[in-house]
Amino acid sequence: MNHSIIQAKDVCVFYNDKQALHGISMEIPEQSITALIGPSGCGKSTFLRCLNRMNDLIANCRVEGSIVLEEEEVTGKIDVNLLRKRVGMVFQKPNPFPMSIFDNVAYGPRTHGIRNKAELEKIVIEALKQASLYDEVKDDLKKSALGLSGGQQQRLCIARALAADPQVLLMDEPTSALDPISTAKIEELCLELKKRYTIIMVTHNLQQAMRIADQTAFFYQGDLIEYGESKTLFTNPAHPKTRDYVTGRFG
Amino acid sequence: MMKSDSGTLTFRQPDYKPLVKTPVYKKKKASLSQTKTKPDLAGLLLKILCLLAAAIGFGIMASLMIYILAKGIPYLNASLFAWTYTTENVSMMPAILNTVLTVFLTLLIALPAGIGAAIYLEEYAPKSSKFVSLVSVMAETLSGIPSIVFGLFGMLFFGYTLHLGLSLLCGVLTLAILVLPLILRTSQQALALIPTSMREASYALGAGRLQTIFKVLLPQALPGIFSGILLASGRILGESAALIYTAGTLAKVAFNVMDPGATLSVHLYKLLNEGLYMNQAAAVAVVLFALCIVMNLGHQLLLNRMTKGSK
Repeated sequence: MNHSIIQAKDVCVFYNDKQALHGISMEIPEQSITALIGPSGCGKSTFLRCLNRMNDLIANCRVEGSIVLEEEEVTGKIDVNLLRKRVGMVFQKPNPFPMSIFDNVAYGPRTHGIRNKAELEKIVIEALKQASLYDEVKDDLKKSALGLSGGQQQRLCIARALAADPQVLLMDEPTSALDPISTAKIEELCLELKKRYTIIMVTHNLQQAMRIADQTAFFYQGDLIEYGESKTLFTNPAHPKTRDYVTGRFG
Repeated sequence: MMKSDSGTLTFRQPDYKPLVKTPVYKKKKASLSQTKTKPDLAGLLLKILCLLAAAIGFGIMASLMIYILAKGIPYLNASLFAWTYTTENVSMMPAILNTVLTVFLTLLIALPAGIGAAIYLEEYAPKSSKFVSLVSVMAETLSGIPSIVFGLFGMLFFGYTLHLGLSLLCGVLTLAILVLPLILRTSQQALALIPTSMREASYALGAGRLQTIFKVLLPQALPGIFSGILLASGRILGESAALIYTAGTLAKVAFNVMDPGATLSVHLYKLLNEGLYMNQAAAVAVVLFALCIVMNLGHQLLLNRMTKGSK
């Protein structure tokens, strides 16, 4: 395993008085793909959203425990915007802004103070290339992003996240709203991206986790049941709950 | 399956008896291509009623417009648009300029206040807070109050207490309060309609609240906000009761906002009130009508232009 970039320790999350996560501890190695699996409502998305503090946006949500990103504690008083620049996120449904393709991708860098036109252009093109979207849209950068197909929109959202120059990329079921071909493209893209970024992905698609994830974590009812190499977790799970889930007995 | 003598395949009937006898209902087969259908009387009746309602509605509106135009257009002449008002020419030019001035100044005050309040209520205040619901209830209530009540308040508070007297400013402030709930509510609704995913997308890229509001939310809310502005402008254009005792009925351009000045609607009220210039009053109505149309067209044009970029 690579050197770990994120260390979570005893992370508990409460919505009002309801506890959604019970002391999650896990280390996430850099430049790899980590999949979070589990039935709906098991807390995997909640955990993911702790990593870039998206839970801050939800009223009455309280997070306890410690999450360390490269020696820096992120649960306390920090510059959340800077954290989110370093920990990017891609959502379940493609959510491009109703702007041009260029402006979508340039949103992050502009936010973080890059005004120089030539520099912006370089970043945007680089990000679109990394998201393997550039060839499809290079002549339409001024056109509205809403005219793209669902799969293209999702890759645009990945490009938009990459343009902010993150270290970690969180993906919350990034392919669940896409067709199989678009899904395959995104999976291929993830394998390419893990050479430079750390990817943490929530997925309901077990095959997807098996195909592309280096590590897989199984969540159940707010607990981390099992976490380890994907191969082991899927072929030889240590915990009976994990076995039941990955063999499709429930979930 | 077995082959019958004729060589075609037939299915063997099961030779067991069903354990539960299912009752057989005799019913007529309903075919989609029935040639003889019972006439749907209720449906037909409803259709006729709706058509009638539409015809009445349209008829009333059309006859109103035609009546006003027919009455007023013949009396539109150059002297009605003279720069200064005299009792001979009863010019409406000062009133037109006052109207433009009033719409502009009122929006200048009411827009920042209304949109700002809407942003606070939608984006900053906690959704469950008592304050938010209180403001909503107040806005609901205020938009139902007769405008003469605003006129009374304006006269007493702005006119007497703040010593603004009978002035355009006094009228403008009164109108600003009158249209504030309208702008607040339409802006708030426009913001509320933007999906949360847009906010999430922006925040997840490390954008702060200010940037999210100005770069992502307001551009998307703009069409809705513009509808609010149009409604508010219409309200200002048509308002007379709230203005008579605040901005006065003087037919002179209020170059100084501390001077009184009548808008077109007030001018119209005055002409009708005096009863001597009914024809000229009809001409004023035509101009008001034309202003309304211009405003609507302008709004439509602006809206098309704005939404073109995002489609």
